[in-house]
Formats: sequence, structure tokens, C-alpha cells
Amino acid sequence: MAELTGAQMVMESLVREGTEHVFGIPGGANLPLYDAIPQYYPKVRHYLVKHEQCAAHAADAYARVSGKVGVCFATSGPGATNIVTGIANAWMDSVPLVCITGAVISALIGRDGFQEADITGITIPITKHNYLVLDVAEIPKVIREAFHIASTGRPGPVLVDIPRDVFQQKAEFVWPEKVELKGYRPRLYPDPAEVAKAAELIAEAKRPVILSGHGIIISQAYDEIRELAEKANIPVITTLLGISGFPGTHPLYMGMPGMHGMYWNNIAIHESDLLIAAGMRFDDRITGRLKDFAPNAKIIHMEIDPAEIGKNVRPTATLQGDVRNSLRELNKHVQHVERPDWFARIEGLRRDHPSITIRETADVLPQYVIQKLYEVTGGDCYVVTGVGQHQMWAAQFFWYDKPNSFVTSGGLGTMGFEVPAAMGVQAAKPGELVWSVCGDGGFQMTMQELATIAEYEWPIKFAIINNNSLGMVRQWQQLFYSNNIVATPMRNPDFVKLAEAFGVLGLRATCKEEVEPVIRQAMEHDGPVVCDFQVKGDENCYPMVPPGASLGETVDLPTYEDERVEVTA
Amino acid sequence: MSQRDKIQPHTIIALVEDRPGVLNRIVSKWRQRGFNIESLAVGHSETAGLSRMTFVVDANTDAEQVVKQVDKLVDVVNIRDISTEEIVSREMAMIKVRVDAGNRSHIIEIADLFRASIVDVSSESVILEVTGDEAKVDALFELLSDYTVIELVRTGRVAMLRGSAVSHPRDEDEEPERFQGFEPPYSVK
Ligand SMILES: Cc1cc2nc3c(=O)[nH]c(=O)nc-3n(C[C@H](O)[C@H](O)[C@H](O)COP(=O)(O)OP(=O)(O)OC[C@H]3O[C@@H](n4cnc5c(N)ncnc54)[C@H](O)[C@@H]3O)c2cc1C
Ligand SMILES: Cc1ncc(C[n+]2csc(CCOP(=O)(O)OP(=O)(O)O)c2C)c(N)n1
Ligand SMILES: [Mg+2]
Repeated sequence: MAELTGAQMVMESLVREGTEHVFGIPGGANLPLYDAIPQYYPKVRHYLVKHEQCAAHAADAYARVSGKVGVCFATSGPGATNIVTGIANAWMDSVPLVCITGAVISALIGRDGFQEADITGITIPITKHNYLVLDVAEIPKVIREAFHIASTGRPGPVLVDIPRDVFQQKAEFVWPEKVELKGYRPRLYPDPAEVAKAAELIAEAKRPVILSGHGIIISQAYDEIRELAEKANIPVITTLLGISGFPGTHPLYMGMPGMHGMYWNNIAIHESDLLIAAGMRFDDRITGRLKDFAPNAKIIHMEIDPAEIGKNVRPTATLQGDVRNSLRELNKHVQHVERPDWFARIEGLRRDHPSITIRETADVLPQYVIQKLYEVTGGDCYVVTGVGQHQMWAAQFFWYDKPNSFVTSGGLGTMGFEVPAAMGVQAAKPGELVWSVCGDGGFQMTMQELATIAEYEWPIKFAIINNNSLGMVRQWQQLFYSNNIVATPMRNPDFVKLAEAFGVLGLRATCKEEVEPVIRQAMEHDGPVVCDFQVKGDENCYPMVPPGASLGETVDLPTYEDERVEVTA
Repeated sequence: MSQRDKIQPHTIIALVEDRPGVLNRIVSKWRQRGFNIESLAVGHSETAGLSRMTFVVDANTDAEQVVKQVDKLVDVVNIRDISTEEIVSREMAMIKVRVDAGNRSHIIEIADLFRASIVDVSSESVILEVTGDEAKVDALFELLSDYTVIELVRTGRVAMLRGSAVSHPRDEDEEPERFQGFEPPYSVK
């Protein structure tokens, strides 16, 4: 092959890795890369965003729903530091991302060159790996490795930093046949002895539950997890990130556990004698007070990352490997067991503690908006969320039958994710309906991207759950800081006018009667729409495990005579 | 946990790619937890391109999780905590002591006692080189405190397993199955 410039090598490597969409912003240090973009059009399409954080979030969401590696470009210095939040978000939620940043010319590195930031140093703790490329000939190998590392084992972000002069130098393009990394060989298949032990535990269990996590979606083990649940007759709880890994309307489905999980789930976990954890990492939002987590349960942990095994809980059986492989093996050994007492107990909890009922009110309850969204869409759409109360309600009041249709920021909890993530989803799924359930706070962190959305004509529907408040934080102030409300009420802009300024349709609902028509009108419109749902501002999100409490101490829905429920930490 | 673990610090050995940044990546994992590294020795291993490290960290450190996280680093071929294994561990120290005609012979006597060698002599000072475990180096330093110690420098501990065992069994031996590439959705062409 003829000699290519470093920039052309990057683009050529992206094409070979199957990258079709890239999000980014140009600048001095990555200009040579942008110079090469037109030569690779339309194989690779670049979307210009308005803030690099959004390039990273868009690439992140793109990766989550497409199953491909998300790619973003940023320039040196401020461009690179702007993607840091996006990288951390992908790191926490195990999302495969390759971020390509321009660096100052090699001669200036380490000399405080104009717009220099040590981005490889900065991102060490939040990347699976990163590279500073100083030899142009290395680019194909580095990009190949970056994609391999990002997408295999436990996925995660990889950053490749390339100085401007290296982008401009030329060398022969040599695509490595295979990736050779001595220190990186994820284990994919579980130990058969552990599989047998797990099958035995399942056969003996009286009160088992399945905790199905993000790993199920990552490995696309939808059929396998369902087979396990149905074959062994075990109820399924999905983590926040595990939502849409198991059909939401399946009779064995029980919803989410943890801090804002269903009351019945938290009690069931607390009483369980066997937790079958599949691709989930026992986050502290799920376990509550760790030392009293599931006191009677043995644990089967199916997990690809050895550092997650034994981190928070000590499993009795460990199936280390790709959870899809582990489930396939395990499913061969499980048998149907009737569990009448256990199911009766769970039914009783559900009956006595209906965690997700929506009460009759004159005001528009946020939950009501989500419920209507579900009714009108029939669940046939992608739902993206921000972070806060609206996120929890979107998890609680919507039933996700469509695999991998719920996109949310779980581990980092990044407000502002809702806007750029919706772009990534829509770019990956052009013909599909994308609803972004936004906080009024989060929306205002990234709403400049409405310009990008209008430009690329992405027909995303935004549902702002407008409580004029940083609602989740306000809830904590109310419950745990003696109702001292500080810096959480907000005077918001007119979201309808704002949308119009961007060339986007703006709609508003101020009463219950308007909610459904607004949703329908938004869906009938071919372009992007911002819906401002003005909801009851002081609604709180329940059930709730107070900070420091165990799952057994979950507080269920209050009676609402007095909004302030007594919860002790 | 045996009595020995409680008092002994952790001895952790690692085989890593000899590349820029590798030390930073590894140390970053300890730093994140606020753990102090008592000593760290790095040098080439028996294999070209791979370096061998020995860390010593405080006994009270929850080393297990950090070791697992370090093991995940792409540049780290293998890392293990060998605190409870049968190991040989040594460190080397150089101690520069002020001498005069009156005490030179005393210091040489002390050096002999510790099988330390004198590697530099001037009219006003000598440099002692001593090899052994930390206790031995500590003891020598202690004895020399009756004189004027100008400088002390220690390499930090290096360690390996006793007997013919390989300290870092390569993955190939443990796990024959090679990585085949991830099935969808995250497939790499
Ligand atoms: C405001 C807020 C409130 C929240 N409240 C809750 C709550 O009430 N309940 C709740 O559940 N969460 C809640 N969360 C989310 C929580 O913080 C975690 O992000 C979430 O619980 C993590 O879910 P997970 O372990 O399934 O996914 P991840 O964190 O993505 O972990 C996935 C695990 O699967 C493993 N894995 C990946 N791929 C594979 C594979 N192929 N095979 C095997 N294993 C694999 C990974 O190594 C990892 O250990 C909340 C978040 C926010 C922001
Ligand atoms: C970037 C960022 N800053 C701060 C927070 C802390 N935080 C968590 S939830 C929340 C309130 C979110 O408000 P809004 O987006 O309006 O959603 P609501 O809770 O009202 O539904 C805040 C400030 C965060 N998660 N992310
Ligand atoms: Mg709000």
C-alpha cells in the first residue's frame, strides 16, 4: 500500500474497524485529521457537536445501542479535557469507546505548549488503556489494539492521543494481522466445576432470585437469561442498567432493586437464599448497607471481570467468563422447580406494597407523564434519560420489552447525558423512535445540542419533566437535611421558545388533559420536538432505601397525607 | 490470616511490559485508594521487553482489590501478592559514614560483622554496601548511628519464590484457550 499520512491512517483504520459514525469538534491540533475526513466520506460520517462532552456521550450511547465501538474526536487541551466527563461515564458503565485526541506537536509536549493538556495522564484512571503515539507508522497497530481492548472482555473507553505533526507525517500503512497483547487475554468460558456447583445451588434453592445486569445486554444474552428464568422458574430483577435485558412484561419480571427499586424486590433479596447475579457488579445503589445485604443468601456470580468477583460480596459459585457462555453452560444443567411458597410470598409483597401506583391528583404527576408515554408508544421506542428523579420514574413506570431500549447513565450519574445520548441513539437507529426523558436541570446542561439535532434533522422527541427543580437533590434536602432547600429551585427559560429558536418544534403541557395530546402531536411531527411537561414540583421518588440503610429497611410509598415521611439513616 | 500476615507488609511482584507510562498506571491504582507504597524496585526481567517489579505495601492495606485491578491493566502481564508464600527477598543499601583515623577500624569491623563491603574510601568517609533483608539493613544502620551517617540509600525489596517454581506462570500455561474475539454485539472485524 502507498504511503499515507498519519491522519489518513487513522481514517483508514476506522474504516477497517467498521466505524461509520464519528462525533467531534476540530481544532488546531487535530486539523490534519479533519483535513482527511472528506476523502473517507461517506464510509465514515462525522457529526459536528457543540461541546466535546456531547461528542463522547453521543458516541457512548451510539455504542450502547449499536453494539459497535463509539468513536469521538477532540482537539488538544480544552477539547480533550472536555471529553473527560464522557470518558468517565463510559468507564463506569462499561461502554466501548475510542476517543482520538489531537495533541500539540511532539516538540512541544511537556513544555506547556499552547493548548497542551496531559490527556493521557489525566485519563489513566478512567480508561481501559490509552496511547500517546509518537511514531506515525504505529497508528494502524494502535487503532487496531484500541478497538480490540475497548470492545472485548469488559468493554470500556480507550484514548489515543496523536500530536499534530504525527498526523502529518507519512509512512507505509501496515494493518496488523492480529492483536498481540501479552497482558490482556479476557477469559470467556467458565470453569465447568463452578457451573456444576451453580446448578446444584439452583436445584437446592427455596427462595432464589436472578439479578440480571448490564452484562446481559452487553453480551446480548437475552435468550439465555430468559431460558434460565423460565426453565428454573425463578423471578428476575434487573439492575438499572440491566433494564431491557429481560422482557418488562414477562410474568417472571419484577423490576428494579436498590435505592429506588421496587419494595418487593428489596425484601425478596433480603429474604432470598440464592442470588443468581448475571453481569452485574453489586453497586452500592443496589446493595444498601453492605454488611446486611442479603444475609441469608448464597451467591452465584457470573462476571467477566476478575476484579469484580469478591469485590463487594463473596460468591459461593463463580462463573468467570462471558455471561452468555456461562448461561449457556448453566442452562444445560438446570431443571424446573415449583416454588409455590416463594412466589406466594412475592405476590403478597406486591399486593401489600404496590410500589408503583400513581395516585389521583389535580396536578400533573411526573409518573403520569411516563405512564402516558408508555401507553402511547406501546413501549416500541428507545428511551434515553438524564439523571435524577425523572430517571428513576422512567425506570419504574415504563415496561421495556424491546431488548436494549433503555439508555441511561448509571455509574457516573451524569446529568446532561439525556440530550447527547439521544443523538447517539438516533444516529445508530435512524428509522426508530427515540424519546429522551429529560430533567429540566440536566437538559440545561447540554441543550446547546439542539442546534446539532436541528442540523442533522434527527427526529428525537424530548420530554422535559419540568419540576422547576434539581428534584432529586431537593428530595434529599427535604428528607435528610431538615427540609433546608438550598440551590435546587430553578427559574427555567421558556423551553418552547427555546426550542423554536433552534428551529425545533416546542410543545407544552400544563395540565393532565394536555399530556397525551402533546405526546401524540410530538410523534406525528417528523422532526425533533421538545415537550415541556410542567409537573408537580415537589413530588418525591419512592420506594427509597435511605442512605446507610439495608434493603430490609426500604421505605415504601408514603400515604401522602404528609409529604414528609419519617426516614432515619 | 496468620500472625505473620498481620505484622509483615505485603510483598507484591509484577511482570510488566517495558513501556513508558506503565509505572504511572500501576502506581495510580494505589494512589487512588490513598495507599502508601513503602518500597518499589523495577528492572529488566529474564524476558526481553518485560520488566519485573517488587512492591512492598503496608500490612494493613486491602491489597487484594488493588492487585486485581492492576492485573487488569493491559501493560501488566501478571501480578501477585506473595506475602504468604515461601520467598527469598533481599534489598541492597549503601551507607556513607564519616570516618577519621580514630574510628575507621571500628567501622570496618562492623561492616565485616554484617558482611557489608566497603565500596568507596576517602580520607573523611567510607561507603558501605550491604545486602540482606530489611531487618539486617535496619540493624546495620542502627549500629552506625553512633557514628555520623552522611547518607543512606536503599533499593527497596526484590523478591522471588523459593525453589524451581516460576513466580509469574504465563497465561498460556494456565489457560490454553486463546482469545477468539467477542461475539456480537461488540465484534471486531
Ligand atoms: C440517581 C441514580 C439512582 C440510582 N438508583 C439505582 C437503583 O435504585 N437501583 C439500581 O439497580 N441502580 C441504580 N442506579 C444505577 C447504579 O448506580 C449502577 O449504575 C447500576 O446498578 C449498575 O448496574 P450493573 O451492575 O448491571 O451494570 P454495570 O455497572 O455496567 O456493570 C456491569 C457488570 O457486568 C460485567 N460484564 C460486562 N460485560 C460482561 C459480559 N459479557 N459477561 C459477563 N459480565 C459482563 C461488568 O464487568 C460489570 O461488572 C442509580 C443511578 C443513579 C444515577
Ligand atoms: C453533572 C452533575 N452534576 C450534579 C449532579 C448531582 N445531581 C444528581 S440528581 C440532580 C438533580 C437533577 O435535576 P433534574 O435534571 O432537573 O432532574 P430531576 O431530579 O428534577 O428529575 C443533581 C444536581 C449530577 N448527578 N450530575
Ligand atoms: Mg428537575
